[in-house]
Amino acid sequence: MNTRRKFLVTASAAMSGSAFGSSLFARQTLPNSNESKKVPTVSAWVNATLLPVDKPPISGGAIVVQDGKIQAVGASANVAIPANATIVDAKGKWIMPGLICTHSHIGGAGAADGSGPIQPGVRVMDSINVRDSGFRRALAGGLTTLNIMPGSGHLISGQTVYCKLRYYESSPRIVDEILIRDQNGAPVGGLKMANGTNSQGDSPFPGTRGKSAYLVREQYIKAREYQAKVVAANGDASKLPPRDLHLESLVEAMQGKRIVHHHTHRHDDIMTVIRLSQEFGFQTVLHHVSEGWKVAKEIADAKMPCSIIVLDSPGGKVEAKDMTFSNGRVLDEAGVKVAFHTDDWITDSRLFMRSAALAVRAGMNRDKAIAGLTLAGAEMLGLSDRIGSLSVGKDADFAILNGDPLSVYSHVLETWVEGKKAFDLSKPDDQLYAEGGVNAGSDIDPFLCCFAPAWQGGAK
Amino acid sequence: MILCKSQLTVAIIAVVLSCGHSEAQQPLVVQAKKVITAAGKTIENGTVVCVDGKIKAIGKTGEVAIPEKASIMQSEVAMPGMIDVRTCAGLSGILNVDHDSDHLESSSPLQPELRAIDAYNPREELVEYIRSFGVTTIHTGHAPGELISGQTLIAKTIGNSIEEALIVDGRAIAATLAEASSKSGKSSPGTRGKQMAMLRTLFIEAQELQAKMDAKANPKLTEKSDADSSKQSDKVSDKEKKPEPIARNLRLEAVMQVLAGKKAILITADRAQDIASAIRLAEEFKIKIWLDSAADAHLMIPQIKAAGISVLLHPSMARASGEKENQSFLTAAKLQAAQIPFAIQGGFEAYVPKVRVVLFEAAIAAAHGLSYEAAIESITISPARILGIQDRVGSLEVGKDADLALYDGDPLEYTTHCVGVIINGKVVSTTKR
Repeated sequence: MNTRRKFLVTASAAMSGSAFGSSLFARQTLPNSNESKKVPTVSAWVNATLLPVDKPPISGGAIVVQDGKIQAVGASANVAIPANATIVDAKGKWIMPGLICTHSHIGGAGAADGSGPIQPGVRVMDSINVRDSGFRRALAGGLTTLNIMPGSGHLISGQTVYCKLRYYESSPRIVDEILIRDQNGAPVGGLKMANGTNSQGDSPFPGTRGKSAYLVREQYIKAREYQAKVVAANGDASKLPPRDLHLESLVEAMQGKRIVHHHTHRHDDIMTVIRLSQEFGFQTVLHHVSEGWKVAKEIADAKMPCSIIVLDSPGGKVEAKDMTFSNGRVLDEAGVKVAFHTDDWITDSRLFMRSAALAVRAGMNRDKAIAGLTLAGAEMLGLSDRIGSLSVGKDADFAILNGDPLSVYSHVLETWVEGKKAFDLSKPDDQLYAEGGVNAGSDIDPFLCCFAPAWQGGAK
Repeated sequence: MILCKSQLTVAIIAVVLSCGHSEAQQPLVVQAKKVITAAGKTIENGTVVCVDGKIKAIGKTGEVAIPEKASIMQSEVAMPGMIDVRTCAGLSGILNVDHDSDHLESSSPLQPELRAIDAYNPREELVEYIRSFGVTTIHTGHAPGELISGQTLIAKTIGNSIEEALIVDGRAIAATLAEASSKSGKSSPGTRGKQMAMLRTLFIEAQELQAKMDAKANPKLTEKSDADSSKQSDKVSDKEKKPEPIARNLRLEAVMQVLAGKKAILITADRAQDIASAIRLAEEFKIKIWLDSAADAHLMIPQIKAAGISVLLHPSMARASGEKENQSFLTAAKLQAAQIPFAIQGGFEAYVPKVRVVLFEAAIAAAHGLSYEAAIESITISPARILGIQDRVGSLEVGKDADLALYDGDPLEYTTHCVGVIINGKVVSTTKR
């Protein structure tokens, strides 16, 4: 809750340049300020089938949530429920960690423009439409965390950003409210890179794979030299090189501060990513990895995790032609860490669990597949200390289902983010996003306490 | 339970031996714990006997006579081979490059004369792909994206040539009422109004040509109407009495077949206003139309019902964007409740996935309000009825083609596998999918 207040302060500050904005936001922060004075709420769900992910499934399990964090998890008999807790009998329900999508494009976000193939200083954070209804649809699919990425049309298309779907109570009004921040309050995210055919094009874009790799190496070498100058300056401002946002971003990648999320499909492109990662020492998650199954051993040897996409029918891209449901199984059996992603809108976030189910259809270990929707993704974003499993001390991000998440007949009933309900299938508003229909694709109306659109009578 | 391997080997050998020969096929018997017939009843512990490509007998295992020398396949579930009511597979290919993209000709907005048989590649990988999940019949053809993009055909998902696979040639012509078929700049059509004007003009031209041809075929009618014109006309030579030969017009001939009810016109229309336009066209020209895709169908239930039109519904998992932004998982259930004939299609998209698998799409509908039986029917007997091929395919009944799909569990469940596909009594796939 503290974090939320901080975001709201940021929100107000951001808008304070405009009289309209400041009055609007000041009024809207009121209910939240009141709420923060309330006695901390404790909630407990009992008699549920729990999928903690870091531990084996628990039938007849209980989970206790306080102040947005998980306070206890275990068999109902072994969990002490605080006296002041609101208790929910979750008999027949399944509770699993909120799903984590390591690769999403919800929010219509872009970063780099057409001026060149390498633009690591551009931030996707600066172009996200926080009112995109896709965020609500993602909640309907049980998702709570997204890595929002720029596209794959560049060798380096910019900085990604990790977001929490804080669409509880009123919907977020500005992107700052959904960002995940580090202990210093800075938004966290990775760096998007790509190879293969998507990032090729007319000059100044590369026309071949060889040229693609060369251009990337050239930039990382420049970044190394830039960093050497920074180190050599030893804090002396007169000796510092002029700031270069692009090179700074690459330095962060080489220092492990920014995980590289690398789009790649073909087996030889995958090997190129491994080669470049090893040359420059950046930490890489391979994304899509359609032909990962052809080089599973090499990926395992490089200890490189894979965030894979599962499509139920091929076609559309020559280099992704050999994708298979078996990819997850083969990679996992080779010892590679595997997560899934939606690539939303390539696949629909509402059906994210289906990706894991289709991998299980092709023989992937069931528990590993569930982890691929949750904990493995958290690890690939460097956030596994905070999210990804039902573990004491982690954020209370979870989905409540009416059955096995790997069954077509199961539905997400509720999605909770940081201890607050952000999706409830029994509410017509939320049903709209779960099922689709008129306005399900339109921007989410902002919550306005004192204004209404002109056609509804204007200011009240 | 997966296929018994030794029995399967027998079946495959039989297929190989019978290839290219006219002798009778080895009988094939399918036994399943559950036989979904799509003809009213599901048989627990059922047996389906396939002889010479047709279903010879069906009933409870033990009560149906098994022919001598039959090969036997066993599975948990058997159901009719599925029918994809609208796809572009075979014209559109897995690579999505010029080499395998023959689904849309953009040189002119109106090309009803383009035949699907001249563009269909039966060896296309996408055809094999959807077959491996149990799709045995496809209604495929030219894609949405031009006002009239061309014709469609119905084929089995087998064959080295379209001639081998073909069930019906030129079943429908494919039209699109959408922004997608509008052109930019000074080309036509540039607006929805112009789209309809061009379609109506085309139909009127076809009506006029038809009238001319009718007149030629039945000159007496014309004489009567001219009887009082002038007696001097008696002097007109015989040569002039014989009407001039009417030049062939492939474009209008295709449209005339629609006017005559010999072909349907499939109209891709997602937005409610385009659905309304399609209905208006059907009423004006008294033609048989199928609503294709129809994302807004849930807003137009009374109108569609009143017009008596069948819906080739978009894939349940079609992306809810652009003109499909109102798309809903509940539409199939709503059509069913209104008793509007519909089938769920695999559809066509310009990017991954090119061709969806109807099995998966029906499953999503079943999870969102459509009854289980209706979900199965939406990919078997319902499309057969809409396409007019229900006497041959779509259900497991004596006398119909022996097209079956076998599964190791509930066919609609995510984690179930298709374990066998049979077309015309021959095993065409045993890959566990």
